Amino acid sequence: MKNDSITVENQSPVRAPVLSTGNHACAEGALAVGCRFFGGYPITPSSEVAELMSKRLPLVDGTFVQMEDEIASIMACLGASFAGVKAMTATSGPGLSLMAESIGLAVMMEVPLVIVTVMRGGPSTGQPTNSSQSDVYQVRYASHGDYELIVLAPGSVQEMYELTIRAFNLSEIYRTPVIVAADGTLGQMMEPLSLKPEVEQVQRKSPQVSPQDYKPFEVLDEDLVPAMAVAGTDYDFYATGLTHDEMGNPRMDPESAEKLITRLCAKIRRARTHIYDWETYGLEDARLVVLAYGVNARGVREAAERMRAEGHKIGMVRLKSLWPFPDELMDQLGHRVQKVVVSELNNGMLIREVERFRHRFSVAGITVPTPVPLRPSEIYHRLLEEI
Amino acid sequence: MLQQSTSDGYHQTEHPLAEMLNLHRFVFCSGCLIGTVITSLATCLKEENLTARDYAIVSGIGCTGRASGCFKAPAFHTTHGRAIPFATGLKLAKPRIKVFVLSGDGDISAIGGNHFIHAARRNIDISVICVNNSVYGMTGGQAAPTTQLGDITSTTPYGNVEPPFNLVDLAAASGATYVARWPGYDTLRLQKSLRKGMNRRGFSFIEVIVPCFTQYGRRNRKEGTIEMMEGLRAIVDLRVGCPPHEAVLDLNNGLAVCGEFVETDGIGFIENLQNLRERVKERNAGKE
Repeated sequence: MKNDSITVENQSPVRAPVLSTGNHACAEGALAVGCRFFGGYPITPSSEVAELMSKRLPLVDGTFVQMEDEIASIMACLGASFAGVKAMTATSGPGLSLMAESIGLAVMMEVPLVIVTVMRGGPSTGQPTNSSQSDVYQVRYASHGDYELIVLAPGSVQEMYELTIRAFNLSEIYRTPVIVAADGTLGQMMEPLSLKPEVEQVQRKSPQVSPQDYKPFEVLDEDLVPAMAVAGTDYDFYATGLTHDEMGNPRMDPESAEKLITRLCAKIRRARTHIYDWETYGLEDARLVVLAYGVNARGVREAAERMRAEGHKIGMVRLKSLWPFPDELMDQLGHRVQKVVVSELNNGMLIREVERFRHRFSVAGITVPTPVPLRPSEIYHRLLEEI
Repeated sequence: MLQQSTSDGYHQTEHPLAEMLNLHRFVFCSGCLIGTVITSLATCLKEENLTARDYAIVSGIGCTGRASGCFKAPAFHTTHGRAIPFATGLKLAKPRIKVFVLSGDGDISAIGGNHFIHAARRNIDISVICVNNSVYGMTGGQAAPTTQLGDITSTTPYGNVEPPFNLVDLAAASGATYVARWPGYDTLRLQKSLRKGMNRRGFSFIEVIVPCFTQYGRRNRKEGTIEMMEGLRAIVDLRVGCPPHEAVLDLNNGLAVCGEFVETDGIGFIENLQNLRERVKERNAGKE
């Protein structure tokens, strides 16, 4: 079966276009796509997401609850999602560290939910009021165990809105937590935001069999995603963080573990080409390509445009989804590109993924663990050295 | 009741709570009162005519963590200590259903201690049933915040020197509006209390004292499960109107005060939030 999807008129009292922060745009996107539960804990630079949700959710019969910590926040979202309500939490690096265990539980119980992380400098308390892209691996590997995760990376206030909407729909389609990873700068800065007049709301698959015949983790479709019953219906079901069989019964034998883990990973891996999202510039004749994401990609774009105007055969890829990493895109680049330069605001993280393709092209980095975005002129001069 | 004959000639009688319970998920040691707590709750749910659409059960992990899966209901075996915030989200998102947390003392008072006190403060309308066996059973009998002074556990081989939590007093101080403690064998009082807890507003907390012979008794010169239960019965002091700070639980010095310690009626979190929504919508409508 396919997911049910409805297109609803945007009920937001905000009229487009407006000047909005990235954090507020994120909350607007969540409300537009039908998020009606927010559990959160204050943390800079993400708190404005919670603040706007606390103001707006009661007006649409939703629930805002400020929990006692980030662990409780995400666990409340898991509970709400199992009651059939779309749920979100928003945090930053230290909070996401606390959520790590529960992300694993959401993967294991296959719970649709959205986690927004507005990245700040780390390690530890780091730079709460400054920006960063240093959580690229945290968002992918926070929890222990073997799993795949979907992570989106907006590059503008408008995309904070649009990718939050997309994150909810992906989470419902694949019954999985989805992370929206934004730079701190993006959460805090203001830009014009155009709200969509209509928004597509995708719903998780619900059981098509009677409660007696329902197996909560049975795969009936090609997409490897089981139908999800929720509390308060006639369905009884058991969801556990332990390795389990189709009925949810805990299973400790190696075959059951292999079967479950393989499926949980495969349901995301097999859908990766539908999840991938990127934007390209100047690839038609590029010999050198810069790869960037988030707010840093804006400076990279300006530098690339300047270099193209000067006659350099340079192109650009801006990733809007970080994970699963687009291996196929790297293979395509390998056909005609001699070098890929990765620019990111950390000590070199996503560049390690690109380096797996050194057999296709050479790889260089403009990777600086700076809390403020690189100037376009600085990127320009560094890129000239790579020509 | 259904009677079935097995191949070796014995008559098997169907469990009277078979329609409520997944009996194949009982993993407990023989004689463990966790089973009694489960059947007591199932009996209450049956008497109240509650079915899968009316309630949900949430557990953390550990011995009692395995209890949720025994119910034919939406049942959740979450992570260690996190049953209460999961249950909070579930209840907030679907206020119509009754939400129970059934978990152990380590789960609720150690790793989940912060969630416990905040749920009580928030007065979220859920029933928390804590099976207190004074020890981490599933992991091999290590000391818990409820282990009595002087007790031998696998991590206190020379005797426990940390005073235990009094969960009744802790719940009451945190704002719980219904607090009770019962010995696990006293199913009639426990059932009466469970029904009271599930049919009232606000946060209710019921502690059930369950002796653990396998992981605790063996190390502390107890003879067996039955003897431990007899020993508990000898020191239980049932009181009426006892203030929570006098609810002593001192198993090694012969006093286990049981009964109901807090019972106040007040608006719970669910009702408070609904009132807030209506107030805000009314104010907003006035603006337009």
